[in-house]
Amino acid sequence: MAAPAASLQKVTEASSADTFLKGLWEENPVFVMLLGMCPVLAVTNSVINALAIGLASTFVLLLSSTIVSLAQKLIPKQVRIASYILIIASFVTVTEYLLQALSYEIHKALGAFIALIVVNCMILGRAEAFASRNSVGKAALDALGMGAGFTLACLSLGSVRELLGNGSLAGIPVFGPNFEPWIIMILPPGAFFVLGLWLLLFNWLRERREAQVE
Amino acid sequence: MPAAEQVSSARMVMAMAGIGILSGILLVATYIGTLPAIERNKAAALERAIFDVIPGGASKVTFARDGEKLRPLAEGEAAAVRYHAAYDEDGALAGVAIEAQGQGFADVLKVLYGYSPDCRCIVGFKVLESKETPGLGDKIETDSAFTANFEALDVSLDESGGAIANPIVFAKPGQKSQAWQIEGITGATISSKAVTRILHESTADVVIFLERNLQVLRDGSSSSLVAKSN
Repeated sequence: MAAPAASLQKVTEASSADTFLKGLWEENPVFVMLLGMCPVLAVTNSVINALAIGLASTFVLLLSSTIVSLAQKLIPKQVRIASYILIIASFVTVTEYLLQALSYEIHKALGAFIALIVVNCMILGRAEAFASRNSVGKAALDALGMGAGFTLACLSLGSVRELLGNGSLAGIPVFGPNFEPWIIMILPPGAFFVLGLWLLLFNWLRERREAQVE
Repeated sequence: MPAAEQVSSARMVMAMAGIGILSGILLVATYIGTLPAIERNKAAALERAIFDVIPGGASKVTFARDGEKLRPLAEGEAAAVRYHAAYDEDGALAGVAIEAQGQGFADVLKVLYGYSPDCRCIVGFKVLESKETPGLGDKIETDSAFTANFEALDVSLDESGGAIANPIVFAKPGQKSQAWQIEGITGATISSKAVTRILHESTADVVIFLERNLQVLRDGSSSSLVAKSN
């Protein structure tokens, strides 16, 4: 595994802006690292749901990365994964209560996927690969960048799926009453189609840029 | 990664226990802090649904069913079977909201419907919980032609008062001819049949029971438990 090691090397020398921005583009958790596929595929059937799962994941990622970074000296290496999961699970439960208190409807729409943020490998991955080796400030910036990249990816899927599958954006009809919705787009297969097309676009853009550099 | 230095088991246990205790405190604090808001949200959602299925409702009293008797429930009191009576501005009984459930196409369908003793018909219908297929089965919530079935769905009792004269039945799309038929939706046949079955089974028992206890329901508006809509 030469690539992650190389990027880790780069990360340690990166400036704050790079720490934040790499989550959006270069190391986007969804489009580049293909992490957290379960919520990305399952609950991005509308813009509102995509935004809610993106923000909830970002909130959990930010808090758990900060705590993991703060406690890196206190947690023995042997029990670090168990400790990270405990920390992440606590913040997920906190998020679930807060969301339920804020909006009963959104909580109902997201169902079990809020609780499943616990097993989103993006969050455990950032705790292990970044937060536990960097200062609090950097860990928080990294978490914000990764969270923003994740939210952006969810929104990219959610807006396309809602537009084609329901003829609306964030609940507002776009195409008028004569539009026949492309229902498969808001069903599970649509998630794979749309994700595949976004990955195609992302990889094509990256290859083109790399070719230009050479 | 360099080999981790030897750490005593006691330190590992202490680290885990420390995180566990802090997590526990955090969770309890959040739970206590958000509980009032969560309960308020749930009650508000149910209240909105009740006034949705009973046009003209302005205040409500929730009753519990104990065998063949009805009694008003105090706020926050739980009961296995609940009926929500809604009253209009003048305190007259506008209708009763009844919760019912049954197997849908995917998972259990939970619905709420409004019964009006004045027209002896169902005057409103709302899906509380469903996992029906988006775009197909969930038309039972969104299709205006389907929801129009529940503007005045006849469930009047026969002469003996012991059974519904014409139990609710399913009609194919475009073939509804009687006031007690539910016209199905093309593309959501199973879901609309499920709704028909749920209402058929629920009304067969509940409507007779409510008609027998109508006086208790009518008197409910003078009780101290009336909750105004807001």
